[in-house]
Amino acid sequence: MERSFVAKNPSVLVFLAILSLFTLSVTVLSEGFGIGVISTSFVKTLGKTLCLCLIAVAMDLVWGFTGILSLGHFAFFGLGGYMIGLWLMYERTRLIVVESLSQTEIPPTPSEIADAIGNQIFGVVGSSEFPLIWAFSDSLFLQLALVVLIPGLLALVFGWLAFRSRVTGVYLSILTQAMTLALALYLFQNDSGLRGNNGLSGLQNLPGVTASQDVVSIWFLWASALALGLGYMLAAWVVSGKFGSVIRGIRDNEARVRFLGYSVEAYKLAVFALTACIAAIAGALYYPQAGIINPEEMAPIASIYLAVWVAIGGRGRLYGAVIGAAFVSLLSTWFTGGQAPDIPLGVYTIKWVDWWQVLLGVSFVLVTLFAPQGIGGLFDLLANRRPLDRHGANLGPDDGALREKEATE
Amino acid sequence: MSTLLEVSGVSVTFDGFRAINNLSFQIGNAELRAVIGPNGAGKTTFMDIVTGKTRPNEGRVIWGEKSVSLLRKSEAKIAQMGIGRKFQKPTVFEDQTVQENLLMALKNKRGWFGVLFYRPSPTDLDGVEQLAFEIGLKDELPRKSGELSHGQKQWLEIGMLLAQEPRLLLVDEPAAGMTPHEREHTTELLVQAAKTRAVVVVEHDMEFVRRLNCKVTVLHEGSVLAEGSLDHVTSNQDVIDVYLGR
Repeated sequence: MERSFVAKNPSVLVFLAILSLFTLSVTVLSEGFGIGVISTSFVKTLGKTLCLCLIAVAMDLVWGFTGILSLGHFAFFGLGGYMIGLWLMYERTRLIVVESLSQTEIPPTPSEIADAIGNQIFGVVGSSEFPLIWAFSDSLFLQLALVVLIPGLLALVFGWLAFRSRVTGVYLSILTQAMTLALALYLFQNDSGLRGNNGLSGLQNLPGVTASQDVVSIWFLWASALALGLGYMLAAWVVSGKFGSVIRGIRDNEARVRFLGYSVEAYKLAVFALTACIAAIAGALYYPQAGIINPEEMAPIASIYLAVWVAIGGRGRLYGAVIGAAFVSLLSTWFTGGQAPDIPLGVYTIKWVDWWQVLLGVSFVLVTLFAPQGIGGLFDLLANRRPLDRHGANLGPDDGALREKEATE
Repeated sequence: MSTLLEVSGVSVTFDGFRAINNLSFQIGNAELRAVIGPNGAGKTTFMDIVTGKTRPNEGRVIWGEKSVSLLRKSEAKIAQMGIGRKFQKPTVFEDQTVQENLLMALKNKRGWFGVLFYRPSPTDLDGVEQLAFEIGLKDELPRKSGELSHGQKQWLEIGMLLAQEPRLLLVDEPAAGMTPHEREHTTELLVQAAKTRAVVVVEHDMEFVRRLNCKVTVLHEGSVLAEGSLDHVTSNQDVIDVYLGR
């Protein structure tokens, strides 16, 4: 008899319970809705961490399960952020401009308003014209659609070109990295239409919302937690059935899957595009909490960090990716935020702000060499502590092998 | 007997080395055939051509009643048309259970969208159980296939091939590394399979080939040296010179 999805994946239920408990506790402890133990800026950090966990789930799906080491998923994350940022920045600037122009004696014409908005937004790059990419920035609905459409489309085109020519392994990783770098370099240019290296800013202010940041930060925490919960369930569902079998097969032996009659390229493309969309949604929730997005965020190093999180957390198990992303990114915030105490060694003082990356690099190497299962592997240790129950069957393949009983006596 | 697969005048060159040289080969609908030959005779390359992994420089590969050319088709498409292949080394998905392995191979829709929403029907599960019984792995269904013995993995792979319900089976050295008892079982499986479909077995072991009791094709330097019963080819002077004599 087929058991239900939750019964077969108890970890999903555990994960959702922990996530709800976490969200509830933070809400109760927050300044906006609770007793004010956790500062608003830390609530934002936690909300951003949830978004990073979501992109880590996507990374695990594409790397841990399908075996594609993509070093480009932060490009999709950033694109998602840019797409929502376009609306946030345009709409807020428009409200301010309309407000200030309404003070003048002669009512402004629509073209005057448009010019003023353009000046406000693009003055910093010496322009006042709206580039083509801002065409839909006045519509929240369209920009929300573009959050998934643009990265999804880019992933489809890129993936189709790469997978069709059977580029695999490290070459594919380099190719994805090249894509990320090209995109970041393009966005750095002032005439790319997205304000060059200034990026988009003021994204934490929601247009038309008068609530304080204390409250808004909790809204975003809830939204991020919801997105992570849904994304996790989607990923768990995708890998639970035959689709999961096939993509794990592709990871372990691509040629064999092909000879079973599965079109490996189509599967890779489906996973690549799906995870690009998940990454983009994570980005669209992340950057309003960060307040600013610029091309620096999409530099290849960000995607490499993502791979490090997933590797440290444990590949091929979704909760491992979440643990890795949460653990490493929070730890990194702690170390680089100057909160970690310096270690004086007499002649030299270890300042964690400088040495954190070395520590991270060393732990990555150590995990890869000695604990390929990552932090998630600890759960296996816990689960396997009980001895295997073989029901007294033969221990070996042959008739002459010891039986379980004999061996333990 | 009608022809299922016809390979004619096929040649393949790798960096100037002629791996296959004007090879022609035919097999009927329900036929068992053994292909033997020394190392480098082109046995594996021959399989690569039929399954679409290698594109020949010249020649034709024609399949089925409708005489479809296989030359421009992808591996996945050829597999869907009914050609199954077993590799020399047992390649099962070790990280997954025997049941998952068989379900993946079971003849069903292969598109990603259909597979995403696929849940095994009772018929599918029964089919898998029946297959597992045939290959002697009924009790191993929930085990990870990586835990199986070498011989059991070979059977699982044969089971996966049968699950695909192919019309032509290409089997590369099925008896390699098996105990005599396991060999016997493998022979039975192959002879049984060849009653309803075409089976091509590539094998080094003469004793195994003798037990298959079928027509034999001898390959040498990329082309067919001799063809006929095992006794016929082993008495052929050319065959003795290039293969058996050494």
